[in-house]
Amino acid sequence: MRADEGTAPMEFSHEQPALRTAEAGRAGDGVRADLRVRFEPRDGGPPEIVLERSKVAPFYGRSIREQAREVLDRLGVRSGRLTIEDEGALPLTIAARIECVVRRAGHPVPSPVLPGPVPARPPAPRDRLRRSRLYLPGHEPKLLVNAGLHGADGLILDLEDSVPPDAKDAARLLVRNALVALDFGAAERMVRINQLPAGLGDLDEIVPVDPDLVLIPKVESPDQVREVEARIEAIRRRTDRERPVWLMPILESALGIERAYEIASAADSVVALTVGLEDYTADLGVTKTREGGETLWARQRVVNAARAAGVEPIDSVWGDVADVEGLEAWARASRSLGFVGMGCVHPRQIPIVHQAFAPTREEIDRALRIVAAWEDARARGVAVVALGSKMIDPPVVERAFALVDRARRMGLVDDAARDAGSGR
Amino acid sequence: MKREIGELVTNAAERRVPTLVNGRRQVPFRGVGGYEPRGSKHGPPIRSCRDYPADGDKRVAGLREALERAGLADGMTLSTHHHLRNGDRVALYALETAADMGVRDLMWFPSASFPCHEPVIGLMQRGAVHHIEGSMNGPLGRYCSSGRMRGLGVLRSHGGRWQAIQDGEVHVDVAVIAAPAADPFGNATGAFGPSACGSLGFALADSIYADRVIVVTDNIVPFPCLPWQIQGNNVDYVVEVESIGDPAKIVSGTTQITRSPDRLRIAELVARFIRDAGIMRDGFSFQAGAGGIALAFVPILARMMREAGVVAGFVRGGSTKYLVEMLEQGLTRAILDGQTFDLEGVRSIRENPRHVPTSPFTSYNWHGKGNFASMVDAVVLGATEVDLHFNANVVTHSDGVLLHGIGGWQNCLAARCTILALPSFRDRIPVIVDEVTTLCGPGELIDVVVTERGIAINPRRQDLLERVRGSDLPIRSLEEIKHEVERLLGGPPDRPELSDEPVAVVKWVDGTVLDTVWRVPGA
Repeated sequence: MRADEGTAPMEFSHEQPALRTAEAGRAGDGVRADLRVRFEPRDGGPPEIVLERSKVAPFYGRSIREQAREVLDRLGVRSGRLTIEDEGALPLTIAARIECVVRRAGHPVPSPVLPGPVPARPPAPRDRLRRSRLYLPGHEPKLLVNAGLHGADGLILDLEDSVPPDAKDAARLLVRNALVALDFGAAERMVRINQLPAGLGDLDEIVPVDPDLVLIPKVESPDQVREVEARIEAIRRRTDRERPVWLMPILESALGIERAYEIASAADSVVALTVGLEDYTADLGVTKTREGGETLWARQRVVNAARAAGVEPIDSVWGDVADVEGLEAWARASRSLGFVGMGCVHPRQIPIVHQAFAPTREEIDRALRIVAAWEDARARGVAVVALGSKMIDPPVVERAFALVDRARRMGLVDDAARDAGSGR
Repeated sequence: MKREIGELVTNAAERRVPTLVNGRRQVPFRGVGGYEPRGSKHGPPIRSCRDYPADGDKRVAGLREALERAGLADGMTLSTHHHLRNGDRVALYALETAADMGVRDLMWFPSASFPCHEPVIGLMQRGAVHHIEGSMNGPLGRYCSSGRMRGLGVLRSHGGRWQAIQDGEVHVDVAVIAAPAADPFGNATGAFGPSACGSLGFALADSIYADRVIVVTDNIVPFPCLPWQIQGNNVDYVVEVESIGDPAKIVSGTTQITRSPDRLRIAELVARFIRDAGIMRDGFSFQAGAGGIALAFVPILARMMREAGVVAGFVRGGSTKYLVEMLEQGLTRAILDGQTFDLEGVRSIRENPRHVPTSPFTSYNWHGKGNFASMVDAVVLGATEVDLHFNANVVTHSDGVLLHGIGGWQNCLAARCTILALPSFRDRIPVIVDEVTTLCGPGELIDVVVTERGIAINPRRQDLLERVRGSDLPIRSLEEIKHEVERLLGGPPDRPELSDEPVAVVKWVDGTVLDTVWRVPGA
C-alpha cells in the first residue's frame, strides 16, 4: 500500500466536515470478488472496523481488518464505523471500495491509497498490434483480475456504457487501482472514459496511473479530442508522467461519421479510430443486422478517414457471444474492408478475431516472394522488381513489406523469412 | 464427542491417522503399492432358489415389509447408490422407514450422498442412523466436520468401496437399490423409465455381496427387463413405489458449457497439453467428468482430434452429450460409462451398443484382475488444493470442512497421465498451498497441474517435460504460480486452527488409512 504522490490536488480542510452514512460495493448471492462497505459517522474515534461476514475470514479476516484500518488512516478518517461484508475481494478492490465509501460519506480525500504496484511494462508503441480489444466492465472486479491471461492485444477497462450510473464513481476508483496492481501481461491497457464532460473527471483519476490508451466515446467534433488531449497533457505535466497516452476516438453518430477525418487528425496522440455501431444505428433509426449492410458506408468512411489521417481503423464489436460463425464472417469481412482489428465482449472471441485479422498463408507467401524479389533487385542494382515474368509496382512492394511486418508481429513468419524481410 | 480411535500413528505419507475406526483395526497407509492383503474375499450368505418364488415374482407390498423380511435390525449396515444424484428419493425413504420401524444405530453406506440427503442429519440426531461411511457433501459434510456424528466418517473412492466390501471390512446387511426400471424378478436397469439415469454400476457390488437385496422401482416392467445391469438372481425383494426420484435433478436436460473465461482457458490449456505432449494420437483414451472445466475440455479436444484426424480407442464417462457427439461423429470407438450426466447420455447408453455401462469393478477395483483406470492415457480431474509436492486434496476445503466425496478420483490417479485442472485461486483462497489440508492423492501419482496462469509438470515426469519443450504452452513451476497468486491475494493466507479430534478418515484405494479429517471448531 502506498500513498500516491502523483494525484490531482484537491481542497483539503483539517476541520471535520459534516459526514453522512454511505455504502459502496456489492455483496450477496451471485457476487464474487467484491465487498459491500458501509460507513457511519461517529463523533469520537478511533474508527471501528466490523467484519460482518467474509467467505475467507479464516484465511484473510485479520488481513482485511488491518487493511481497512490502514486505508482509513491514510485517507485521514479519524472516527466512524466501517462495516464490511466480503465476498472474497482482493486487496485492490477493498482499497477502492473503502475509498469510495469515504468519498460518498462526504469526507475529503487528500490523496488516494493505492495498492502495491506491479512492475511497469514498457510503453505501448504507437503502431502496435490492435487486432482485439476486450471490453471489461469497470465496476466488476471479478472480470478484471485475470483479464490479462486471455491474449487480447488490448483490454478496455470501461467506465462508460457497461457501468450503471450509480456505480460510476466506484468504477473509476476500481479501474485506477486495477491499473496499478494487476499485471495485464502484454495487453495494451486501455480505458474508455465517460462521454464528455464527465470523462474529463475520469482522466484526473486514471492518467496518473499510466494507462496506455484512452478511448473517447461518442465523439462528434475534433474539439472534443483536443480537449481530452489537453487535459491529459496537463495531468501528465503536473504528475511528472512520461509515458505517452494514446487516444482512440469512437464515432457513434451520423455527425461523428461525417467528421471522421477531422476527428482522426485532431491530435497527435490519436493512434486509431473506431466506430460504435449500436449507437450509430440508433442514431440512423435503423436496425443493426447480422450482415451489417446498413452500416457499410459508415465503416468504409471510418477506414478511409483513419488511413487518410495516418491512424489505424478499428471495427466495432460482435455482441452475440454464442454466434461464433457470425463473428468469424463479420471479422473476415471487416478485414477485407480495411479494418485492422475489432472489439470483443468475451475472451472466447479473441482467438477467432486474431485468426480472422491474420493474413492467410497464401498472402504471406506471396508477400515474402515479393520482398525477396525486391531484395534481389536491390542487390543486383536493378530498379525494376519482377516476380517471374511479372513486373511488380512500388505500391505492391510497399503493401508486401507491410504485410510481412504485420505477420511477423503476429508470430506467423518464421525466422528465415523474418531475416529475409528485415533488409529494407 | 468421544470416539474410540485406538492411537494416532504417523503413516508413510507423514500424516497422523487413527488405528481404530468404528471398532475396526486399521492399516495405516504404507505408500503407493505398499499394501497387498492376502486371503479370500468376503462372500454373501448361501441362498437357494427353492426359498424364492418359483414364478419369479418377488414383489412385496412395500418397503417396510421388505426391510422387515430382510431382518433389518439395530446396528446393521444399510446401503444405497447415488445414480439418482440430487433427485434421489429412495435412500431417505429407506432410512426413514427404518426409523419408523424403531430401528436404531444404522450405519448408512451410500456410494455417495447429495444435498437432497440433508434430512439424514435429523435421523442421526434421533438415533436411527449412527454414522455414515461414504462421501459426505454439503450439509452432511459440515455436520460430520462439526464433530456431532457419533461414529467416524469413512471416505472411500468408488473402487475403494468395492474393495472394502470384498475385504469384508464393510459388511452390507441390506442393500436398497433404486431402479428406473425393473421386472418382478429383480432384474433392473437405469437405461429407461421416468427416472432413467443410465448406468446402475455403483449398486452392483451391493447387489452381489449384501446379505439381502431390495430393488425399489417406479417402473415395473414384465420379465425380462432388458438389458439388465442388476441381475435378479441376486435380488431378494422387489418394491413398487410411486416415484424413486425427481427426474429434473437426476440428470440435466441439456448440459451447458461454462462461460467462465478462466475455466474455458484452463480447459483449452488442458486440451492443448494433451495434443502437444503427443498423448492425443490414434487409439488413445481419456476420461473427463462433468465438472465445469472437464466438460468444457471435451469439445475443445474433439475439435483438435477432428483437425488432426485422430480417433480415440475409448473414452471413459461420466458421459454427457459431448462424449455422445464424439461417439456419433466417429471420434471415439466406445464410451465406457460409469455414470450418466444428461439425457443425451441416457439415450445413447440405451440405443448405442458401443456406449457401455460400467461399474467400479471394471473401472477401479483394487482386487480385480486388472482394471480400466490404469489403461487410460489421460485423465482430467479437479481438486480443492494441491501442494508443492503435487499432493492433492479433494474432500475438504482449506478451512478443513468436509464438503466433497472422493468419487472415482483416487482410482483415476492410476492413469498414464493424471492432469489436475484447477483455478489457481477460488474467491481469495489459493489452491496451490504449502501442504494440503487433507491428503487424498499422493503427489507421485499426479503428473500435471493446469491452472489459468500456467501448466506445472511434476518433475518426476521428465518425459512429459521433454515432450512439450519448445511448444508455446505456458509451462511453469508450481512455486512460480503460487508466488504470483499470493502476491495478487495480498500474501499467503492464515492457516485455520483445526482440533486434534478425528471426525473422519480418508482411505487409500488399497484400504489403508491415508489421512484424517479433523473436527473444525465452529463448523
